[in-house]
Amino acid sequence: MKPLSYARPRTQAEAAALVRRSPDAVFIAGGTNLTDLMKLDVVTPDLLVDVQDLDLTELTHHEWGTVVGAGVTNAGLAGDIGIRRRYPLVSEAILAGASGQIRNAASIAGNLLQRTRCGYFQDVTKPCNKRSPGSGCPAIAGAHRELGVLGTSEHCVATHPSDMAVALAALDAVVRVRRATGSVSALTLDELYRLPGDRPDRDTTLEPGDLVTAVELPAPTGAPSRYRKVRDRTSFAFALVSVAAMLKVEDGVAVDVRLAYGGVAPRPWRARTAEAALLGERPTDSLITQALQAEFATARPLPDNAFKINLAASLTRAVVRDLAPAQKAGR
Amino acid sequence: MTSTNQAVTRLDGPDKVTGRARYAVEYGANDVAYAWPVQATCARGRLDRAETDAALAVPGVLDVLTHENVLRLHADGEISPAHMGALPDLLLLQSKDLVFRGQLVAAVIAETPEAAREGAAAVVVVTEAEHARLELTVGDDEAIVPDITNDLSPGHVARGDADRDFADAPVRLDTTYSTAANFAMPMEPHAAMATWDGDRLTVHASDQGPPWTAMTLAGLLGLPPSNVEVVAEYVGGGFGSKAAPRPPIMLAVLAARLVGRPVKVALNRQQSTSLTTYRGPSRQRIRIGAGTDGRISSVIHETTGQTSRLTTYADQTVSATRLMYRAEHCRTTTNVLPLDVPTPAWVRAPGEAPGMFALESAMDELAVQLGMDPIELRVLNEPETDPESGLPFTSRNLVSCLRIGAERFGWSDRRPEPGATSDGRWRLGMGVAAATYPHYLFPSTATARVDSAHRYTVRIGAADIGTGARTALHQIAADALKVPMSDVRIELGRASHGSAPFAGGSMGTASWGAAIESACRELRRRISAGGGIPDEGLEAGAETLEVMTPSNFSRHAYGAHFAAVRVDRDTGEVQVDRMLGVFATGRIINPLTAKSQAVGAMIMGMGMALMEAAEPDTRFGGFVTQDLAGYHVPAHADVRDIDAMFLTEEDPNLGPIAGRGVGEIGIVGTAAAITNAIHNATGIRIKDLPVRAENLLLRVAVKAGER
Ligand SMILES: Cc1cc2nc3c(=O)[nH]c(=O)nc-3n(C[C@H](O)[C@H](O)[C@H](O)COP(=O)(O)OP(=O)(O)OC[C@H]3O[C@@H](n4cnc5c(N)ncnc54)[C@H](O)[C@@H]3O)c2cc1C
Ligand code: SF4
Repeated sequence: MKPLSYARPRTQAEAAALVRRSPDAVFIAGGTNLTDLMKLDVVTPDLLVDVQDLDLTELTHHEWGTVVGAGVTNAGLAGDIGIRRRYPLVSEAILAGASGQIRNAASIAGNLLQRTRCGYFQDVTKPCNKRSPGSGCPAIAGAHRELGVLGTSEHCVATHPSDMAVALAALDAVVRVRRATGSVSALTLDELYRLPGDRPDRDTTLEPGDLVTAVELPAPTGAPSRYRKVRDRTSFAFALVSVAAMLKVEDGVAVDVRLAYGGVAPRPWRARTAEAALLGERPTDSLITQALQAEFATARPLPDNAFKINLAASLTRAVVRDLAPAQKAGR
Repeated sequence: MTSTNQAVTRLDGPDKVTGRARYAVEYGANDVAYAWPVQATCARGRLDRAETDAALAVPGVLDVLTHENVLRLHADGEISPAHMGALPDLLLLQSKDLVFRGQLVAAVIAETPEAAREGAAAVVVVTEAEHARLELTVGDDEAIVPDITNDLSPGHVARGDADRDFADAPVRLDTTYSTAANFAMPMEPHAAMATWDGDRLTVHASDQGPPWTAMTLAGLLGLPPSNVEVVAEYVGGGFGSKAAPRPPIMLAVLAARLVGRPVKVALNRQQSTSLTTYRGPSRQRIRIGAGTDGRISSVIHETTGQTSRLTTYADQTVSATRLMYRAEHCRTTTNVLPLDVPTPAWVRAPGEAPGMFALESAMDELAVQLGMDPIELRVLNEPETDPESGLPFTSRNLVSCLRIGAERFGWSDRRPEPGATSDGRWRLGMGVAAATYPHYLFPSTATARVDSAHRYTVRIGAADIGTGARTALHQIAADALKVPMSDVRIELGRASHGSAPFAGGSMGTASWGAAIESACRELRRRISAGGGIPDEGLEAGAETLEVMTPSNFSRHAYGAHFAAVRVDRDTGEVQVDRMLGVFATGRIINPLTAKSQAVGAMIMGMGMALMEAAEPDTRFGGFVTQDLAGYHVPAHADVRDIDAMFLTEEDPNLGPIAGRGVGEIGIVGTAAAITNAIHNATGIRIKDLPVRAENLLLRVAVKAGER
C-alpha cells in the first residue's frame, strides 16, 4: 500500500480544487467500492477527498419530483417513506443489491460510479483494457459469464453492476453534477455513462473534480412497477440479469411502458426499442418476445453469456404478467 | 446426571463473541515484523532472479526472503505421515521451478504489513515463462492412475468383472457428471506467527492439528521435535485446508529465521486461492447394470481429477461406491491429470462429497429408468455385509435413515412424475440421496491432573476449529472423572500437550475422547489407590495405541438427505425450501454441537450444489474467482428450513467413545438430494455442479408448456 493523504473539505469548491490538484486524487463517499479497489491496487490514489461534509444529504419530495442528495445512503433512500410510496421501484432495486451493512455505508453517487465486477479488472497481474488501456481484454476468450452483451465492444465487455441505477434509468432520473470549473450540469444516465468503444478506461463522461451532487426524479407517473433480479444466490450477489419495469395498461393496451435492464451492458440499459414496440399494443408473451428480440438485435453475445438474452426475455414476460393483471383487477 | 449426551452450549462462545479468544496473529510479541508474499504471475516457467533493491528502499522494509537467502529445508526429514502430500508445497523457495500461478517467489518482511505489502509490489521478479497446461480434460494421455488415492485405497479396484456384467445387463445406465473446484475459505484465513529462540521455534498458527504440524515442521527444519511448539488455541475454521501446515505457516517460520524477529503472516482471500489448496474439480462417469427388478449387478465408477506438478493428489472420489450397494461386480478407477495448477487437497469430505453427488444422482436416474421409488431402489440393493471387504458392518442403519427421514419429511406427498407439482410460477420437487463416511480412529495421548483442591485439568493436543470439540471433550472428561464439568479445566491446541491427530477425517472427538477417557480413568484409579490426593496433586497420562487396532468389522457412518426445492419457471432460479438430514453416527456426545456440524455441512453441500465454483483461469493459471463477492456461499436468504437428526445407535465396535464423527457426513450426498429434487420439479437432470439458472431456464419454460 502506498502512503496517501485524506482531506475532508467543507465546501464543494475546495473539494473540487483538491481533486484537480493531483491526477491521483479521488472523491470518497462510503468507500465500499473504492477501498476494495485500493486493497487490490486497482486504484492507487495519493489523496482521498471525503465528500461527507459537503452538504449532500438532501432528500426532498416536491410536486414536480424528488431530489436525492448524492450523499444520501443507499439504505436511507430505500427506506424513505416518500420514496417507497412514490418510487417503490427504487427501494426494490436498492434492497435487491449488496447487504444491509454495505447499503448503510454506500452513497447514491458512489453507487452510480461503482466500477465493474469483472474478475480481470480486479486482478492487476492480468491484462485489462479498462484498467490498463491497450493491454487487452482477456474476458472475451475467458471468464465472461457475468459480463455484457449489449453496448460492449471488442475492447471491453464489462457490465455496470448497480441495481439502483437500473431503476433510475427506468424513471428518467437526472444526475446533477457540479463541474470542476464550478458550472452545473444535469445529465441523463445515458449522458452520464459512456459505452466502452475503444476507451473502456472511461466509464463516464465526468472529468476529474466533477462532483455528483444529487439525483433528480421526475414526478411519479403512477404506473405500476417492479424490479426483479436474477442472481446466483438469493441475496448478496450481483445481477445476472435484472429488469426495472413500469407498465400502465388501459383497455388491454400498454399506454405507458418503461423497461431498463441490469447485468447486460456497460450501463443500465434503457430498452427504448422494446418500449416502442410495446407502446399502444397488447403486451402478450409473443409481442414481448419480439420486442426483446428487436432490443437485443445489436447484442454481441459470447459463448457463456448468450443465455442473458433469453433470460431477459423470459424475465420480462414474467414481470409483465405480474404487472398487467394487477391493473385489470383495478389496483 | 452425566455431562455427555447433553446439549451443552459451547463453553468458549462468550470468549469468541467478545473477542477474548485469541487467534493466531492476535497474539502479541515484542518486535514483531510482517511478511507479505510475492507470487509468480506465470503458471509455468523458471525463476531467474528476484531484484530486491527497490523493495529494500521502501521505508520500514527489513529484508526480502528469496531463494538465495532462504534457510535450506530438509526435504527428507521425518514428517507426519499425514503430511506427505502437503510436503512439496512447503519447500518454499527451495527450487527455481515455477509450477503454478501464485506460487511464492519471494516475500518482503517489514515493520508493518503496509510496508511489507508496498515492498512486495516493488520486487522485480524475472522469470522465463513456458507454455502451461491448465485445462482438465478426460482421457488425456498424460493422465495417470495413481497407486493410492487420498484414503490409501488404490487408483484401480475391481471385484468380479463389472465391464462384462454391465455389457450383458438387462437394464443399463451410463451417465457422466462433473463438479467444480471448491474453496475451503474458512472464516479466518490462513495465518501464523513464528518466533525463534535460538534453535527453538514457536508457531502460533491457524491449524487443525498442532502436534502433527510441529512434527512436520521439525522434520523439515532438521530440529528435534521437542524444539518446536505449535499453538492453535482458537481456529476460525479450516474445512481440511488447515489439516496440514500450508505455505503461510512455513513462510512465517522462514521469514522469522531470516530477520531474527517474530514474524506474522496473514493471507488475504486472493492469496488464499493459490497458497492454501482447494477441492479439485472432478469429471465422473458411472455405469450401473441391473435386472429389470432393480437389483444391481454391476457398478463402474470412473473419475478424472487434476493434480499439480508437485505431488500426485487424488481425492477418494470413487471409494464410497464400492460399499454403498450390493453389486457383485464393481470397478472403480481414479485418473489424475498433472497440470500447471495449485495443488488440490483436502476440503470437507474430500472425494466422498463429489463422488456421492455422482453415485446418488445415478441411483436417482436408475430409479426413474426403472419406474421405482428411489428409496425403495436403495433398500432393495442394501447389502448384508460390506460388498468390498466382505466384513460384517458394525452397524449400518442406512435403511432406517431413509425410512425415518421419509416419514419425517413427508416423502409420501411426493409425486414421482417430474413437473407434477407447482405453486404459481414455481415448480416444486423433492429428492433423496444417501450418505456415508468412514469411521477413522487414530492413536492419541492425553493427560489428566488433579490438585489438592480437587480441581482437574485435562490436556490434549487437539484443536477446536470451531466445531465445538472443546466442549464435547470437556463433557467426556467430566464423565470419565465422575465430576461436574465445572470442576474440570480443559486445555487444548498445543503440540506440547502430546501427540494427537488433527481435527479432520471426522475422527477427532472419537480419537481424542478415547485418550481423555483413558487418562481420566487412570487418574481416578491413582486417586483411589493412593487413598486421596497428595499436596502436589496427581497426574495420569494415556496413549491409546492399543484400542485402535482395526477390528474385523466394516465401520462407516450412514445417512440420508431429503430436499424440497422450488424452481422458477421463468428464470431457472432454484430455492431450497427444506432439507432434512438423518444420520446414524453412533453415540452423540453433544446433540447441540453435533447438529450444528451436520447442519453446517448440509449448508455447505447446498453451496456445492447451487453456487460454489472456483472458476479456473485457463489462460493465465490459478483462478479467476478470487474473493467472497465472486465465490458465492449460501447467504442467510438461501438457508431456510434445514434440520438434522441422529438416530439412537448403540454400537460397541466403534472404539471407546462409541461415536463416529459428524463433521463430514453432512456434506456427502447433499448436492444429489438437491439436484434429484430439481429433476422431480422440472424433469431436468443436472449433471454439472454448480447448478446454473441458464441450465434450467429454457428447459423449464418449455417443460411448463404454457407458452
Ligand atoms: C460484496 C459486495 C456486494 C455488492 N453487491 C451489490 C449489488 O448486488 N448491487 C449493487 O448495485 N451494488 C452492490 N454492491 C456495490 C455497492 O452498491 C457500492 O459499493 C456502493 O454503492 C458504492 O457507494 P460508496 O458510497 O461506498 O462509494 P465509494 O466506494 O466511496 O465510491 C465509489 C466511486 O464513486 C466516486 N464518488 C463517490 N462519491 C462521489 C461524488 N459525490 N461525486 C463524484 N464521485 C464520487 C468515488 O471516487 C469512487 O470512484 C456491492 C458491493 C460489495 C462490496
Ligand atoms: S471486459 Fe473490460 S473490464 Fe473485463 S477484462 Fe475486458 S477490458 Fe477489462
